[in-house]
Amino acid sequence: MYRYDEFDAAMVRDRVAQFAYQVERRLKGELTEDEFKPLRLKNGLYLQLHSYMLRIAVPYGTLSTRQMRQFAYIARKYDRGYGHFTTRQNMQFHWPKLVDVPAILSDLADVEMHCIQTSGNCVRNVTADQFAGAVAGEIEDPRILSEIVRQWSTFHPEFNYLPRKFKIAVSGTKEDRAAVKFHDIGIEIIKNAAGETGYRVFVGGGMGRTPYVALLIGQFVAKEDILAYLEAVLRVYNEYGRRDNIHKARVKILAHQLGADEFRRQVEVEFAEIKKGGTLQLPAEEMARIAAYFAPPEFEVLSDASPEFDAALKDKDFANWAKTNLTAHKIPGYAIATISLKMIGATPGDISADQLDAVAQLMDNFGYDEIRVTHEQNLVLPHVRKKDLPRLFARLKELNLSTANAGLITDIICCPGLDYCDLANARSIPIAQKIQERFSDLERQHNLGELKIKMSGCINACGHHHAGHIGILGVDKKGVEFYQIQLGGSGAEDASVGEIMGPGFGKDEIVDAIERVVDAYLNLRQSDERLLDTYRRVGMAPFKNLVYREQLHAAY
Amino acid sequence: MAKVVPQILTANRLRDGEVVYWRDGNWVEAYGEAQIFPDDASADAALAAAQDFVKRNIVVATYLFDVRADGSPVKEREIIRAAGPSVRPDTGKQARHV
Amino acid sequence: MPLIKDGKFAPDRFIFVPEGHAIPEDTGVMVTLERFQSERENLFAHHSPVAVRLASNENPEVLKDDLPRIAAIALEFPIFRDGRAFSWARMLRTRLGYKGEIRGVGHFLYDQIAFMARVGFDAFDVRQDFTIEDFDRAMREMHYVYQPSADGKKTILELRATR
Repeated sequence: MYRYDEFDAAMVRDRVAQFAYQVERRLKGELTEDEFKPLRLKNGLYLQLHSYMLRIAVPYGTLSTRQMRQFAYIARKYDRGYGHFTTRQNMQFHWPKLVDVPAILSDLADVEMHCIQTSGNCVRNVTADQFAGAVAGEIEDPRILSEIVRQWSTFHPEFNYLPRKFKIAVSGTKEDRAAVKFHDIGIEIIKNAAGETGYRVFVGGGMGRTPYVALLIGQFVAKEDILAYLEAVLRVYNEYGRRDNIHKARVKILAHQLGADEFRRQVEVEFAEIKKGGTLQLPAEEMARIAAYFAPPEFEVLSDASPEFDAALKDKDFANWAKTNLTAHKIPGYAIATISLKMIGATPGDISADQLDAVAQLMDNFGYDEIRVTHEQNLVLPHVRKKDLPRLFARLKELNLSTANAGLITDIICCPGLDYCDLANARSIPIAQKIQERFSDLERQHNLGELKIKMSGCINACGHHHAGHIGILGVDKKGVEFYQIQLGGSGAEDASVGEIMGPGFGKDEIVDAIERVVDAYLNLRQSDERLLDTYRRVGMAPFKNLVYREQLHAAY
Repeated sequence: MAKVVPQILTANRLRDGEVVYWRDGNWVEAYGEAQIFPDDASADAALAAAQDFVKRNIVVATYLFDVRADGSPVKEREIIRAAGPSVRPDTGKQARHV
Repeated sequence: MPLIKDGKFAPDRFIFVPEGHAIPEDTGVMVTLERFQSERENLFAHHSPVAVRLASNENPEVLKDDLPRIAAIALEFPIFRDGRAFSWARMLRTRLGYKGEIRGVGHFLYDQIAFMARVGFDAFDVRQDFTIEDFDRAMREMHYVYQPSADGKKTILELRATR
């Protein structure tokens, strides 16, 4: 993985001092709260329902053993012994004190980490496919470009006061695990007809109150031009994105209002101008320097068949886990292992300090010192020898981290909701927990197949409800929590925005309603299609009939 | 005539973010000790007085919210804010002020 | 408001003329874009030096043909969160090759000064209590930069290549 050189390290140290000075000025009253708020947000510091919350950048979701251990240390020393992995592959601590934040930043800098631009109206943490560098069929490891974009966007002087936040994601395979079409800019690494590697650039995707699938803007951007192209998109946005209405300020509004052709034309004009200057051309040497950090570990030459693995499959628990939580690795004899943070009844994405330390040990023992955070709020050991999997699983079981549900109905994406968040209208965690409990039977989950439930506690859609096969949105109805169901969303390569099913449900009705949706699917499905496929084939009406008809019956 | 709803005044302490409530010209941490204002006039007067603490950088985000006759909050949000996350009873005020 | 120019407090060469006011004689003047466009020839003929003040939604590209004759362009921050001026300044310097003064006016913060300097601002209309020590400190907070901008500062990329 990427390691800081003296310049990266100095940058982060300077930032620690800079933020410490901002905190000092705030405490002395030299900055008002109105002035301090955007400054602290640019450093990932929120004031939430109960306390401050600090969001730490995990660039493209990659962490080292040392960094995991530092999270555990910070969780114990400054927080309440746990942290939360987010849908931007970041880590959040929910209980830091403002006066401690400079010390936390310094502890993070010790392990090459920071909170730079994890909030605020600037370019946020770049996300990427969690299987980068491990999965077959990848054109190029997306983390190479992600790191280049991370450096280019860090303290970009022109783009730190954008109309609104700006999120970039990169995918290196046809399968999209990074939800690129729901980003302000989504980059897909492709090959053109001549066999050259370059980038397809989507602009204007997003969720929130106006969900959009991104428009295809750059058909094929050459590798050396990508920063110039990104700079062009950002400049058009900075100049013409709306600033009069916070709800219309994202680039998705500008791009969809102008339309793909006009937006592309404006970007191309800007791009040509920037190229004339020539200073943003990316030298091949720098690309190679960064790529070298992401060179795969020295894999052993192994047979893909592993007697240890095959023998372990006789254990039903292991077999179930292997079925959902393992993904084929590009190297024979290796596997990609997903560690689910969706234990039945736990908070999706939460992890205790003890678990962080224990997982760090597993990274040491089985995982080449590396782990990934997924936007679905799980962890991934990208390179595990198949013969080590039974021992890994046994250890995960002891840690209560062996839940075999990756991609199944209980693997729910869920924002912190009204339990923590100042913006939320309703709680989301307790609803996720109740759904998990209702569907805890593993055989039933397997029968339902891939089924993505995504839930947000407010219209801002941090829980990606628009992209859920089943999406749940918490709303406030006169001070009482209420939940709307959406069907048909997808954050994958077949991206789509879910459609609202109908009137919402109270907190004591929503789990039953979800079960009726699932029952309707079982009634309607043909062969092995997923709920998403059934929905796309039959539309909303049959689902709606079954879900609301039974509700009427239940009332009598 | 408008219905009179009792209110409580709240804020977050700047230094550490702790949720605090107004009581007799100062701030307390426990919801149970919060002063209940029977009418708009007394509530608005407290909110105005609280601005001095904002100016002195002691608290931020002051606001009033409605409560019932027994002093319990009307909105779910304030119930959770007064206690702590409903999914983590070991954290927040609920873990301290039992 | 005190003016910092090229890192030092400096006298202001311009008198700003608000809309509807008469343009004073025998002094440098700063006018709005609207005024500049309607009285351009008169301004250049009878006043020197001439400066233009742009609101944050006014693209300086409209001044393209007159740039050699404009001594200063003030870019306004109506509120510090409105970051359009960062792009306007960058465009003036890098694309339009503007060599005159680019002045930040309105509501901007200490914490934005280093970014402003990077994109091409060389003059800052600062608050009364602002000191040169504040300015120097703001400019020194970050030692390195990742991306090329209008200040021509060596990027980390260039430093890496030469070590």
